[in-house]
Amino acid sequence: MTTSDDLTVRASSDALLKAAAPPRKRNLAQFIRWALLFAGGILMVMPLAYMISTSMKWPWEVYEIGLIPNEPTLENYTYVLEDGRFFSWFINSLIIAAITTVSSLFFDSLVGYTLCKFRFRGRYIIFIAILSTLMIPTEMLVIPWYMMSQSLGWLDTYWGIMFPGLMTAFGVFLMKQFFETVPDDFLEAARIDGLNEFQIWWQVAMPMVKPALAALAIFIFLGNWTAFLWPLIVTTSPDLYTLPVGLSSFGDEADVAWELIMTGAAISTLPTLIFFLIFQRFIIRGVVMAGLKG
Amino acid sequence: MASTSPQDAAPGRQVGLTIAQKRTFWAWGFLAVPVLFYVVIRFYPTGNAMVLSFQEWNLLGDRTWAGIDNYRVLFSDPVFWQVFRNTFVYLLLGTPISLVIAFVIAYHLDQVRFMHGTIRALYFVPFMTSAVAMAWVWRWFYQDVPIGLFNNALATVGIAQIDFLDSTTNALPSILAPAIWAGLGFQIIIFMAGLRAIPRTFYEAAKIDGVSTWTVLWEITLPLLRPTIVFVVVLSSIGFLRIFDHVFNMTTQNPGGPLNSTKPLVLMIYQTAFDSFDMGYAAAQTVVLFVILLIVSLIQLRLLRDR
Repeated sequence: MTTSDDLTVRASSDALLKAAAPPRKRNLAQFIRWALLFAGGILMVMPLAYMISTSMKWPWEVYEIGLIPNEPTLENYTYVLEDGRFFSWFINSLIIAAITTVSSLFFDSLVGYTLCKFRFRGRYIIFIAILSTLMIPTEMLVIPWYMMSQSLGWLDTYWGIMFPGLMTAFGVFLMKQFFETVPDDFLEAARIDGLNEFQIWWQVAMPMVKPALAALAIFIFLGNWTAFLWPLIVTTSPDLYTLPVGLSSFGDEADVAWELIMTGAAISTLPTLIFFLIFQRFIIRGVVMAGLKG
Repeated sequence: MASTSPQDAAPGRQVGLTIAQKRTFWAWGFLAVPVLFYVVIRFYPTGNAMVLSFQEWNLLGDRTWAGIDNYRVLFSDPVFWQVFRNTFVYLLLGTPISLVIAFVIAYHLDQVRFMHGTIRALYFVPFMTSAVAMAWVWRWFYQDVPIGLFNNALATVGIAQIDFLDSTTNALPSILAPAIWAGLGFQIIIFMAGLRAIPRTFYEAAKIDGVSTWTVLWEITLPLLRPTIVFVVVLSSIGFLRIFDHVFNMTTQNPGGPLNSTKPLVLMIYQTAFDSFDMGYAAAQTVVLFVILLIVSLIQLRLLRDR
């Protein structure tokens, strides 16, 4: 269902990125500006280029500065993935990030919608209370979470890794802001058509805030995919590590095979990079939306 | 569904609930699970951490009251003050450096049309990476000859190798660099959005008046960009105050670097709680972190109000 408001949300964020830049001057200064920016951009991606290049080098070539491998090989990838550990870490990360993203999107938008479109006593207090949790650093919560997990038998389980991330206060705030753009008339019309409140939210309101949902999904997925501190604390058996925790566990090994480490780093980074290259415009718009709203 | 049709729900007439009552009922139905979640997973643990900070506990025995002992020990611990100093060095170096670089790049990128999207993507890409993976990449760069990229490059031009991670003076900046690098893309995008939100009429007026580029920058762009600057400063400050992933993963054999020279507060918390199992002492440290973050956030609110 495409609505005028869907388009408004989209148009307003696009306008921010596309608004006319100052009139261009085709002169030397402008070229130098471009060249410096481009060089800086190349410099920014150099660490990633080296990561990928080294992951495709043979062990005897690792210490050469050259970016292009003499004999590029995917041997490291085969080796790392056949080892099995990386494969299960990858799957763990994927499952955990996917479930927490779906759960957060569901609950964040449900709560955001309720706080935006319903009038009832205690509404404001609940909103402030949820928002205030943004002030509480995760580091303060991990110790009580650990104690809670220990007494409930959640240590070293998927559930234990996931439970703190099932909802996010930032998402509630973001979705509440975006549901303001959904006119009450649409909801009233649906009510007259005999839809119940849940159906109105799911079938009428949700499709109208799709851009915001997509932006939030990217943020939450990325956040959970790269999460480190809590998964490090709650997992003890290597089978349950997420990618960052697994990768980190190599730090204790005395002899580091750098080409294999770079392969592991690439495996944990490439999916998000490929995802970014495909949905680039969309993700950057999401960053802008979330940044300006937050 | 029939029961929710307008006729049935006519206010006051029916045995059932009024529309308003029904909607309130729905609202609380929607909120039941989330409210439970926030109480059990956010508020209760917060209170628990605060209570624990006045207790002594090693995960096995009983929790015993210790009064303000944990705080007294903490404030008289030279390691804490070292860590406190490190944490603020991360903050006071990281925030201004990343802010200036991000603004300069955003300001110029804003005026470039050719390959604009591609260049923007190049700067943004590091933001999409995981800190742990990047810690390994940079750790490799920093290794001694013949392993590390930087020292190999220095060797080819005949410069003596630099001890990046095992030196008390170099280690902290060496860890800060990738942390700044990883966050730049995000700040650039936010700055660019802020720049585009400034009404063009201001610039046109300045142009008619024949004002110089520098004056436009100082008198128009920067003042109007103030909310964006405050937002970026606060977000990046909170990030640097909570730095952990980069530090932990770049100094694994000796977490916190030589003589604790790179150890930030969060790493100290992690070690106290999960290496030494001194839970009460660790909780006291988290309360200190909480207070620091709270003060930073309050300063932000103050700055925004003065706008």
